[in-house]
Amino acid sequence: MFPELNNLLNTTPDRAEQGKLTLLCDAKTDGSFLVHHFLSFYLKANCKVCFVALIQSFSHYNIVGQKLGVSLTAARESGQLVFLEGLKSSVDVFFRAQAAPHPLQFLREADAGNLQPLYEFVREALKPVGDGQAAWRCPVLLVDDLSVLLSLGLGAVAVLDFVHYCRVAVCWERKGNIVALVHDSGDAEDEENDILLNGLSHQSHLILRAEGLATGFCRDVHGQLRVLWRTPSQPAAQRDRSLTYQYKIQDKSVSFFAKGMSPAVL
Amino acid sequence: MAAVATCGTGAGSTGSIAAAASKNNVTSFQRKGPRASGTDSGCSRLVSIAGTRPSVRNGQLLVSTGLPALDQLLGGGLAVGTVLLIEEDKYNIYSSLVFKYFLAEGIINGHTLLVASVKEDPADILQELPAPLLDDNCKKDFDEDVCNDKTPDSNIKMKIAWRYQLLPKMESGPVSSSRFGHYYDASKRMPQELIEASKWHGFFFPEKLSSTNIESCSLTHGYRKLLQFIQNVIYEEGFDGSSPQKKQKNILRIGIQSLGSPLWGDDICCTENCDNSHSLTKFLYVLRGLLRTSLSACIITMPTHLIQNKAVIARVTNLSDTVVGLESFIGSERETNPLYKDYHGLIHIRQIPRLNNLIYDVSDVKDLAFKLKRKLFTIEGSYCIFVLTAAKARELQQGSSHVIL
Repeated sequence: MFPELNNLLNTTPDRAEQGKLTLLCDAKTDGSFLVHHFLSFYLKANCKVCFVALIQSFSHYNIVGQKLGVSLTAARESGQLVFLEGLKSSVDVFFRAQAAPHPLQFLREADAGNLQPLYEFVREALKPVGDGQAAWRCPVLLVDDLSVLLSLGLGAVAVLDFVHYCRVAVCWERKGNIVALVHDSGDAEDEENDILLNGLSHQSHLILRAEGLATGFCRDVHGQLRVLWRTPSQPAAQRDRSLTYQYKIQDKSVSFFAKGMSPAVL
Repeated sequence: MAAVATCGTGAGSTGSIAAAASKNNVTSFQRKGPRASGTDSGCSRLVSIAGTRPSVRNGQLLVSTGLPALDQLLGGGLAVGTVLLIEEDKYNIYSSLVFKYFLAEGIINGHTLLVASVKEDPADILQELPAPLLDDNCKKDFDEDVCNDKTPDSNIKMKIAWRYQLLPKMESGPVSSSRFGHYYDASKRMPQELIEASKWHGFFFPEKLSSTNIESCSLTHGYRKLLQFIQNVIYEEGFDGSSPQKKQKNILRIGIQSLGSPLWGDDICCTENCDNSHSLTKFLYVLRGLLRTSLSACIITMPTHLIQNKAVIARVTNLSDTVVGLESFIGSERETNPLYKDYHGLIHIRQIPRLNNLIYDVSDVKDLAFKLKRKLFTIEGSYCIFVLTAAKARELQQGSSHVIL
């Protein structure tokens, strides 16, 4: 986790909020550093984490996690982390017929399926264990990322349904959190992606949007982060709070500064 | 499972991996392995694979793309377990050349090749590979090329914009001790004995058309057969560590030409709203899954200029690791533009992956142009082109002889 980002969001691992849906979004840049941040943040906060990692392999997150101070292998062994490795499982699902329904069963289906097996997997992973085991704090579902599900043959509505079911099971029933990453396709006119992004934006409590700089590539400022706090259930009369920062990613941390106040410029 | 070996700092570690096959068909790597999750064996066998080296930044195992200039732009080479997507230039001239350089590099290093194509028989593709420049001849020939290149007015051009002369070229000459990344002579063919000594598998789609259809999923028939073929090769030859290789570990270089073209049975290049729009993206996803769990690297050329749906291009880019676009000047107005006379086209680095890291190597120079000489493929930053373009345009407009910078 990045301490500067914790300061911006006004949270610490001890005081993590519950029952929230956080949407991570990136436009014209790579927002995966936010995923690494939340993964290490919730592991340090002693929460039970179910990580649906569809884009990269386990060792990638593990190596970055070690730089940020958490060990994913240790967390997985102790039961704190349930890791679904999408790339590896997709090969199993695709080439061999599975006996039991696999979370990525939709890869074998010809027409647009639904994500019910994946939802069952998440629910099973985050269900409260019996006594005798260490009690974790609130359960957390982390998804990296949801846009790839659209590329795999599912419709935006199916993905929104999945998020809705997970919200009921995780956020409402178990008072847990959900963090999901969605790419913003910008001017690529990806309608399904826009539906998914807009639908999730309306449901989320916190939106972190990483954007590339409008002026193009810069070596010292890698992008801009917009933080938007929302209260979905409240009427729109109450203003949502929003902040904008620029950031630079370093080897083990990310430094944030106000717009135009990069140390390289001052 | 035991924990994976801790990383430490990357400097000073040798290019070595240790792999042990475990019962669950999982390859375990000791730190240098790209995509394996698994156990760490007690005794570490330091095995180094020919033609690979670890990345300076994160210890990732890299292979050369066959073009040392491109290797430098990609941060040292192509990481094992990843996909390099080349967006084809309009007439598929330079992209097929880059494709052949990749395969030729595999033959020189002794890697196994898997060539998939729809238009040409893989055996014919292998016959057309460029010949490698071996150390004794190459230095002499390279100096020849450089001398022909230096024209007397090149120094005068730089008198005013002298700062641009300090711009680095993307590569230096062939170093005699380089074993990573070789130089090739585009005018000669690879010697027959080298091709015959190499191990390769070919997938020529028109030959596989006749076999019976397996259960249908949303993948096009061609893609499904290709995935099955790749998976068979990986499994049978033990690239995923499933069968312990008695010989030395090796890399599988996969080359897929013109993926997405209508010849594969995919209509993504024909219409904007195609029926099977997920076929290509699903293929890329499962392919990446196969690559991540095996010792292989893949190059794919794709005619993205034919894809009419921009959303598909964005999705394909997100599903690939490294994306490089080639834009040749042939047939465009820039071919006769005197300022572009030294170059054959532009090269766009669209995406570089961040593997095992928060940061990545990115070149400072964003406008890159390439030039194919007989024995050298250079990539240079083309800053001065754009500055001089504006000045030249104004000069021509006003008819004066002042060059404004």
